[in-house]
Amino acid sequence: MSSDSERYAEAEDGGPQPEKHCGHGRGGMGEEVKRKEDQRFITGRGNYVDDVKKPGMLHCEIVRSPHAHARIEGIDKSRALDVDGVVAVLTAEDLLEYDLATMPTLMADTQDVLVNDKVKFQSQEVAAVIATDRYTAKDGAEKVVVDYDVLDPVVDAQEALEDDAPLIRDDIEGQDDNHCLDWETGDEEATAEVFDEAPVTVEEDMLYQRLHPAPIETCGAVGDYDPGKDKLTVHMTSQAPHIHRTLFAQVSGIPEHKIRIVSPDVGGGFGNKVPIYPGYVVAAAASYVLEQPVKWVEERSENIQSTGFARDYDMTGELAATEDGEILAVRTDVLADHGAYNAVAQPSKFPAGFFNIFTGSYDIDTAYGSLTAAYTNTAPGGVAYRCSFRVTEAVYLIERMVKVLADELDMDPAEVRRKNFIQPDQFPYESATGWNYDSGDYEKALDKALEMADYEAYREEQRRRIEEDADKLLGIGISSFTEVVGAGPGKSCDIAGVEMFDSAEIRVHPTGNATVRVGVQTQGQGHETTFAQIVAEELGMDVDDITVEHGDTDTDPYGLGTYGSRSTPVAGAAAAVASRKVREKATSIAANELEAAEEDITWDRESGEFHVAGAPDRSISITEIAAGAYMNHPTSEEPGLEAVNYYDPPEMTYPFGSYVVIVEVDRETGEVEFEKFVAVDDCGNRINPMIIEGQIHGGLAQGIGTAMLEHVTFDDNGNVTGGDFMNYLLPTAMEIPEFETGHTVTPSPHHPIGAKGVGESPTVGSPPAIVNAVVDAMSHGGISHVEMPMTPDRVWENLDEAGLAMDPADNIELTFEGWESDGVADD
Amino acid sequence: MTEHDITLTVNGTEYELTVESRTLLVHALRDELNYTGPNVGCESSMCGACTVHLNGEAIKSCTMFAVQADGAEITTVEALADRDSLHPIQESFSEEHGLQCGYCTPGMIMTTQELLERNPDPDEEEIREALEGNLCRCTGYQNIVKAVESAAEKMRETTATAEVDD
Repeated sequence: MSSDSERYAEAEDGGPQPEKHCGHGRGGMGEEVKRKEDQRFITGRGNYVDDVKKPGMLHCEIVRSPHAHARIEGIDKSRALDVDGVVAVLTAEDLLEYDLATMPTLMADTQDVLVNDKVKFQSQEVAAVIATDRYTAKDGAEKVVVDYDVLDPVVDAQEALEDDAPLIRDDIEGQDDNHCLDWETGDEEATAEVFDEAPVTVEEDMLYQRLHPAPIETCGAVGDYDPGKDKLTVHMTSQAPHIHRTLFAQVSGIPEHKIRIVSPDVGGGFGNKVPIYPGYVVAAAASYVLEQPVKWVEERSENIQSTGFARDYDMTGELAATEDGEILAVRTDVLADHGAYNAVAQPSKFPAGFFNIFTGSYDIDTAYGSLTAAYTNTAPGGVAYRCSFRVTEAVYLIERMVKVLADELDMDPAEVRRKNFIQPDQFPYESATGWNYDSGDYEKALDKALEMADYEAYREEQRRRIEEDADKLLGIGISSFTEVVGAGPGKSCDIAGVEMFDSAEIRVHPTGNATVRVGVQTQGQGHETTFAQIVAEELGMDVDDITVEHGDTDTDPYGLGTYGSRSTPVAGAAAAVASRKVREKATSIAANELEAAEEDITWDRESGEFHVAGAPDRSISITEIAAGAYMNHPTSEEPGLEAVNYYDPPEMTYPFGSYVVIVEVDRETGEVEFEKFVAVDDCGNRINPMIIEGQIHGGLAQGIGTAMLEHVTFDDNGNVTGGDFMNYLLPTAMEIPEFETGHTVTPSPHHPIGAKGVGESPTVGSPPAIVNAVVDAMSHGGISHVEMPMTPDRVWENLDEAGLAMDPADNIELTFEGWESDGVADD
Repeated sequence: MTEHDITLTVNGTEYELTVESRTLLVHALRDELNYTGPNVGCESSMCGACTVHLNGEAIKSCTMFAVQADGAEITTVEALADRDSLHPIQESFSEEHGLQCGYCTPGMIMTTQELLERNPDPDEEEIREALEGNLCRCTGYQNIVKAVESAAEKMRETTATAEVDD
């Protein structure tokens, strides 16, 4: 065992983990370092895309389709061009000249940038008005006249696959229906056999509704083509600036070294800022044509209605089990809605993302899953919003089904989980669908969560309330999930052909401080702080002496960006490996400075100093070594002190957790209140517990939004009816309870610092726990499932169905005294 | 489009500018005067990322015309700190990790400042209620509540010390 992994031996043994200051005391691993990013944000000095101003900058407003499905008969620009300050109106025809009217998606489909013939969803991009300011651009957009021949839309995946459904994709040769793709995993025949013979089987239908990540900052870009340098610079809200540069080069024909993508501060991404949207291309193309900078910033409704949605999986789950609760097989069938284009942002060989992690935390020998995806007259998307490539859907499926099975067998759902968990000594564990789980200790996390939640006492209280016919029912929900994050091994994972490695470049300056550049792109997750902590730990530096940069493709090493909780698993590994390369060279310089043999030099993690073995007083710090590298370098080495690493991960990381949610359900109103919300996460070794805690809080709030409030809805005409903040409801401080968080530490054995990703775990893990809790409150009335979002009216309907609803009129004495005294009743 | 000559005093500096009737205050601040701290997160007056103070009252600057603010004193997040000393609210947001992407932060801080002027010792419920008009997608609010509590405590201590000094 190397000295680096020995450092974490205690954790692997399940020993106690210090909460703080387990690093070297100067901002290393495990310390709650305050964020370097904060200073600029709390003083209003962040630099987001809409803060970018350039001389001569024009503004772009996109003309969008009012119809979900319609043929464009003609576009009249003339009235828009008459508006004072309107510089240009672009349509598909103008872009065709540059071969930019369409662009490839990440799933080998083709998406319109501006529509040439037929709009396929409401709010789709039809034309772009470029003007001197944003108000005039909007005026111009109002005056573009588009002549539509309206067609029947289809916004429901099931209806889209029916024989008489209107054909959406008549642009694809040979496509004569709305079928998008089929996918399967596991062993169909073996699974069918187990189900045929199993003593117990359960089945449940569930819709993981269409959501939207809705980062508070919408998407936007400033395209700036410089004809003097023949160079295109695009500032954009990008989670993956390097891959965006490559795609821009492929689409535009401009060579990659003449494109610079800058992702400045990003006001939240949540997967929404991974795809390339038509707005980016239009801003860049307009700048190229007009030779002036062009800014495009979408409004909230445009963001929700046209950029990447999340989920929209209509799932059937089945479990086969023994009578004492041992799960024998799992089977699922999914109908996926992919919208009008297959533009799902995921590795190219995974058309259903990592959905086949649906065997979850359980040792299930046999599994089969099938999926059909349909085109509908809705915006494209699918993978976003902390989903880790469809792991949200997979975990929802299995964790809901375990509860359904527990109810069927009248067993405690915690017991069913314990009975089926993959055991610590089974890792690395190969799942029935081919995943290779790195490490885990699931029972430990569950036990901790149950204890924190005071589980037994609440079970007691739940029974009491049922017996006493109380007005408010108690429900207890559990979710014991396994995530799969850190895409990924280049042999299987690529984005548009580029393997999913990531990178770090460390440059130690002559005076001993350092600049670190990474290929990932923070959107608030604190990389500028945590990556500095990794390097500080590995080089014995002070965290304040390290600056982390990202987001500029001209200066940063190529990386695949931040999504799928991949930053720590992949670029975090690269930062550690690059640090160790620097340390290796530093050893050689230390030997030169101390006039000792290189093999006699040892490095001490605690002090961060290099010293001569057996003579600890003969030591030298990284600051002195840095000076030596530039001012007195050994003849055997190049001058300077820097290293780069492109890290191809050998495996994914598999963080896990157990969440316990306790709710009160009001039998009169169907309102759900959170009584207790416990989240125990295990992401291996923890770089910065404060930042992890913040990630968990935010992700749990999104889980609550998912379960209780959020839904992008459509009417029969294809109008988006849940398309802005008036009716796409984000939780406020009033809807979010206080969270109780805990953790265990089971390091990833293959990761250089034993760390796993964690950012998406809370949103993956919490929705099933919440739904399980609400179902649990009503399961004695025979309720086995409640669809999300669990609005009061929907919960009340379930209460009513179970015979548990109370008519408010029976319990409330209505008085009108207040009204009368105000004189309202008299008017 | 009718234009108006207006005077805005922003963070103590008086500006004379010409705006259209329809120019929203948030755009006058961001586009005309370069106060880019206040942000825009929606078009339905829900998110509160654009919150600034108008004559001491926290308002959503996306829901007011610049011309309506003629003659007013406006404070944005940029005014709270000079280079070397942060306001206790800013300090607390950092110390309690009450921000991640930072986009809602300027609005959150301005709402907090108004709350603490009105109610120097709010309980958790009062804090959550006061922040109801400010959406955050990153933090889950919990650390923001802690930041407000901590800022309130610091500011009460400062006031108490000031009173003793007097």
